[in-house]
Amino acid sequence: MGLREFHPFEAGGEHFLYMVPSAGVFHVNTPSWDVLRTLDGQPMSTEELTEALADRYPPDAVADAIQELQEIHAIGDVRLPPTKTLPVIPAQDFPLTTMVLNVTNKCNLACTYCYEYGEDKIVDTDFGEKPKFMSEETARESVDFMFKESGDNRVANLTFFGGETLLNFKVLKKTLAYARERAVALDKGVQFSLTTNATLLRPEVIEWLVENEVGVTISIDGPKESQDQFRVFKNGMGSYELVLPKIKELLKRHNTRPIGARVTLTKQNLNVMKIFRHLTDEMGFWSVGFAPVTTADGRDYAIEGEEYNRMLGQFEELAEEFKEAALENRHHGFSNLNETLEEIHKGMSKAFPCGAGLGLVGVATDGDVALCHRFAGSDEHKIGSVQSGIDRGKQSRFLETHHIAQKTDCHTCWARPLCAGGCYHEAHTRYGTTTQPNLHYCDWVRSWTDTCLRVYGEIATHNPDFLRQYDRAAQIPA
Amino acid sequence: MKHIKAINQKAVRIESFARSQALAQGEFGAGTDGDDVVALESRDSQGPHIPLGCSLVFAPGWEVDSSGGTAGLCQPVERDLFDCHNGCFWPVQVPDHLNHAADWTSTCATAQQDWRKIDLIFP
Repeated sequence: MGLREFHPFEAGGEHFLYMVPSAGVFHVNTPSWDVLRTLDGQPMSTEELTEALADRYPPDAVADAIQELQEIHAIGDVRLPPTKTLPVIPAQDFPLTTMVLNVTNKCNLACTYCYEYGEDKIVDTDFGEKPKFMSEETARESVDFMFKESGDNRVANLTFFGGETLLNFKVLKKTLAYARERAVALDKGVQFSLTTNATLLRPEVIEWLVENEVGVTISIDGPKESQDQFRVFKNGMGSYELVLPKIKELLKRHNTRPIGARVTLTKQNLNVMKIFRHLTDEMGFWSVGFAPVTTADGRDYAIEGEEYNRMLGQFEELAEEFKEAALENRHHGFSNLNETLEEIHKGMSKAFPCGAGLGLVGVATDGDVALCHRFAGSDEHKIGSVQSGIDRGKQSRFLETHHIAQKTDCHTCWARPLCAGGCYHEAHTRYGTTTQPNLHYCDWVRSWTDTCLRVYGEIATHNPDFLRQYDRAAQIPA
Repeated sequence: MKHIKAINQKAVRIESFARSQALAQGEFGAGTDGDDVVALESRDSQGPHIPLGCSLVFAPGWEVDSSGGTAGLCQPVERDLFDCHNGCFWPVQVPDHLNHAADWTSTCATAQQDWRKIDLIFP
């Protein structure tokens, strides 16, 4: 008898196990923990184990602990092969949860690191064949496609995206109205959200967002010195001064949906705490999400080596703040942690890193359907079109080749239930193929997942009621 | 459970599954899974073909057949085991019977009946 696959962690002085690959989280008491410690690295028979622990526990207590640990597969026959994940792919009529509509691939900013326009772009957004703006007709066809593909789902989610989304405000308005009309006719719900760089948030746009309860995510990198480093106009001028009053006005007026900020972290912009303080305390955002810049290796702004540790240290500091807030039932806007806590609470064990090509698709300006918004317009990553529907053969092949069971590198990693190899787009940019797991940030993902687990364990111990908010039905992550 | 507490939703499901398994086992008598040799047997989950050991051209090694069992091997697995042990000196796959484990198969008079009695050797 020996240890099976799990990740042990400590939180609030208590011991926990994160089971792999099931993603169950168990609290273990001291006798059980001692059983596990004794078996670590040296398989033993039940008798030997009972003997080894005889000075601390009576035999029946050890027997109970062993039996329970066996039942949850924390310990077992070491000769058994590791639990295998079979490459089972979902049925072909898997419903679409979210459609991301790239209403334009044009942008009024020229952010240096942009994956759509910068050095690592996939699609020729400057001189390519795709129309710069989505037409009203294509947008309507997309809405019809979305409702058709949403199957039995009661609610469809439509996210407007770009380029700079608001450059095509005219089509946005008409598309939203059309989607509402179709939803009523089909007796379904529809929710809207939008991502923007905030430069075009004119009063009438804000009014429209409020009226239609459109969820808004603002791409912003933090205080002036952060924002103006990369988020610049074509002439190099920073955008902070322009967007600040517009964002303040939006936050003041728009209270029908929470408004989040999305920050791109780069080598030059890694002061997570400072950015977070600025965006929440000074600007008033409800939540802030951070994403390391997606880039090929060696770019000026790429986060590398030691910088990952710096980023991790800051994330941990913010996680500590989140935890303190959660223990007192206060809101804290660190959305990276909030989302991971929800995944941990539900025990998600992902077959795929995200819902791309499955519950989520991205639609290009001409109506081509791609894995997600980041691949919109790429012929290589096209899985259909809104006019002709999803090519089920292509979709199946994509799912078969991207299943966690195919990612040999991930098979011994305890963080695979949550990571599942990471973002396809990141992998494509870094390695030239979406099938490759993102091995450049494994250590960071494991450390960060461990931090999230410890926060989860501590909240579960001292304020379990806080976790009730995550008890909603499980959803496919987008 | 006395020593372990399910914390997240998945753990609650694992616990209730374990409980139902335990109940089922109580009803139908204890299973032998814990003590039996399992590496070469068919298990519940039918996966792809997984070779478990060596595979020479002449004598297919410790393998499972395409169903994960041993019924479809070219020759009995016991025979194969002894091919490694006696037929050729191949200490990686089987205990070194020339030097350290001369008695390894002494409890195994008839391979096809007694192969379960052959134990592991720990150096």
